[in-house]
Amino acid sequence: MSPIKVFVPKDTTACALGADEVAETIAAGAVGRGIEINLVRNGSRGAFWLEPLVEVETESGRIAFGPVTPADVPGLFEAGFPGPADHLLAQGPVDSIDWLASQQRLTFYRAGWIDPVSLDEYRSMGGYKGLQRALEMSAQAIIDEVKESGLRGRGGAAFPTGIKWQTVLDTPAEQKYIVCNADEGDSGTYADRLLMEADPYQLIEGMTIAGLAVGATEGFIYLRSEYPHCQAVLDEAISRAQQAGLLGDSIQGSGRAFKLELRIGAGAYICGEETSLLDSLEGKRGLIRFKPPLPAIAGLLGKPTVVNNVLSLGAISTILADGAAYYRDFGIGRSRGTLTVQLAGNIRRGGLVEVPFGASLRELLEGYGGGTASGRPARAIQVGGPLGAYLPESQWDVTLNYGALTDIGGMLGHGGVVVFDDTVDMAQQARFAMEFCAIESCGKCTPCRVGSVRGVEVIDRVIANQDREFNLKVLADLCNTMDKGSLCAMGGLTPMPVRSAIKHFPEDFGA
Amino acid sequence: MNSSAVSLKEIVDSAVAAQQGKVGALMPVLHSLQEKLGFIPAEAVPMIALAMNLSRAEVQGVIGFYHDFRTEPGGEHMVQLCRAEACQAMGSRDLELHVKQRLGIDFGETTDDGMFTLEPVYCLGNCACAPSIRINQGTHARISASQFDQLIAGLEAEE
Repeated sequence: MSPIKVFVPKDTTACALGADEVAETIAAGAVGRGIEINLVRNGSRGAFWLEPLVEVETESGRIAFGPVTPADVPGLFEAGFPGPADHLLAQGPVDSIDWLASQQRLTFYRAGWIDPVSLDEYRSMGGYKGLQRALEMSAQAIIDEVKESGLRGRGGAAFPTGIKWQTVLDTPAEQKYIVCNADEGDSGTYADRLLMEADPYQLIEGMTIAGLAVGATEGFIYLRSEYPHCQAVLDEAISRAQQAGLLGDSIQGSGRAFKLELRIGAGAYICGEETSLLDSLEGKRGLIRFKPPLPAIAGLLGKPTVVNNVLSLGAISTILADGAAYYRDFGIGRSRGTLTVQLAGNIRRGGLVEVPFGASLRELLEGYGGGTASGRPARAIQVGGPLGAYLPESQWDVTLNYGALTDIGGMLGHGGVVVFDDTVDMAQQARFAMEFCAIESCGKCTPCRVGSVRGVEVIDRVIANQDREFNLKVLADLCNTMDKGSLCAMGGLTPMPVRSAIKHFPEDFGA
Repeated sequence: MNSSAVSLKEIVDSAVAAQQGKVGALMPVLHSLQEKLGFIPAEAVPMIALAMNLSRAEVQGVIGFYHDFRTEPGGEHMVQLCRAEACQAMGSRDLELHVKQRLGIDFGETTDDGMFTLEPVYCLGNCACAPSIRINQGTHARISASQFDQLIAGLEAEE
């Protein structure tokens, strides 16, 4: 009998919940019972509320158990694990877990199914089909395909990816670059991390296709230092792709070059802004650059550069493999493809939800999130990261797409959804928005650098009820100055959480 | 020049040599020095500048800009507590008070016995299972005050 395949995710969150210890206990338990197993460390499926989610391969597909702690392992073995054990933690076939089965996984199609660094497994699930096709296409044809797909940048700004690539293609230069912005700094977001840890070749393939499309032979992944496990996975994947001839001087013997290097940030939120990231990649302080010129015209070292988010580049392999129409047919209006929402904060069933654009915030909260973790009523939801608006319950029926959130004074950003229960003090949240801006401002422009410090002081005076009405006016004025006068989104959007907190939760500001 | 300064120069030169010819080599050089030494000593700044043909101000400016780079030694264990919104929603403000009290230090400080340095961090990407802390290379999820105490006691017991 061949060894039974058992899967225990090696993912930051799974490991933060004890997956390494669970894997060790299972391995030791199997040895002790004379059961031959093949323990695979897969990526996570993003159902973090079920992590560590242990899976077993059976003739009728994978079955799952979760959330498993090391203390549960002996009981699992006694109940028949790694067979179909009758146990409290048994979740049945993976395909029947409604939380996962009801999603539409395009970008996260492979996450959790495969050993993240196995090229064979990546290929067995459609990997590198997109590159194969791209190698047979002209640069313009690749870009046309991306344009037709309707893909918009997933980092937050939602700029059409194909148009950005066209600019880089059309700008003549001896050297061009592809830069992946993997500086996923928004609180409440982890989709980039999950993808890179669970399916790193998808990003590598997407970057390679981008290189072919615009004529760039070098690429960089700029990864934040807060993701050490992600760094290890990417290092391994890049090295294996190089050995397999999928990166380097002649991709798959085509004679066309694409080299990829992983770079690590050093704890600066601002480096998620593309021009700041480029300065950091050049070995400088991560200061914002004036735009124009756009990075697509003068980016890294002044050369035309594609700067794309992990999920944007991740979508590329699907678009090239299955065609633009396949991708475009998901979604509504100008929001095409799928939406990746990350349920976070005070939430019972937190995790990554990938669905076609069109679902409402409330549907996701109730259907997937299952209410708050604390069991108390939810009161405020911050959508779109630390620069996103705090939404009161009256706005939770908003459809999650770029336009609908903008219409109510918010933003979708990178799809982070952070839930707060009724113990939240919204004046403190507004204060923190300013404090965070003060800590993370690059310092180049005055509205952001000084405005954020003054913002903390003014909010403190409001909280202390000193000249409340007057200070609220000062704060409104300050928000206006930051919004209109800042060089980038850091200072420009910090007013969004502040204003929304004051507007929707005035009672927390002494009203 | 004393012997430790000579060896520091060797360390700097080899770190620079390893990144020779790379785009924006200063960041990888600083990371590698911090990994070897635990911090970037002030004496290393002119050496890095000389080896990389940069001004001392440029090197100092980069070290000062990024939260990760330390200019003095840290404790044996680095404790990073997430202060960002998703963790706040799960009680990290209270956890922060507890952690500071338990370790007897504020952010940016090291315990007297040199065991722990405490730093804030703004998101570890573990936001579905908050609050989160990172100790050295390991992230820990859904940390309560008592679980934090257990983790610290475990590290103290290793001594």
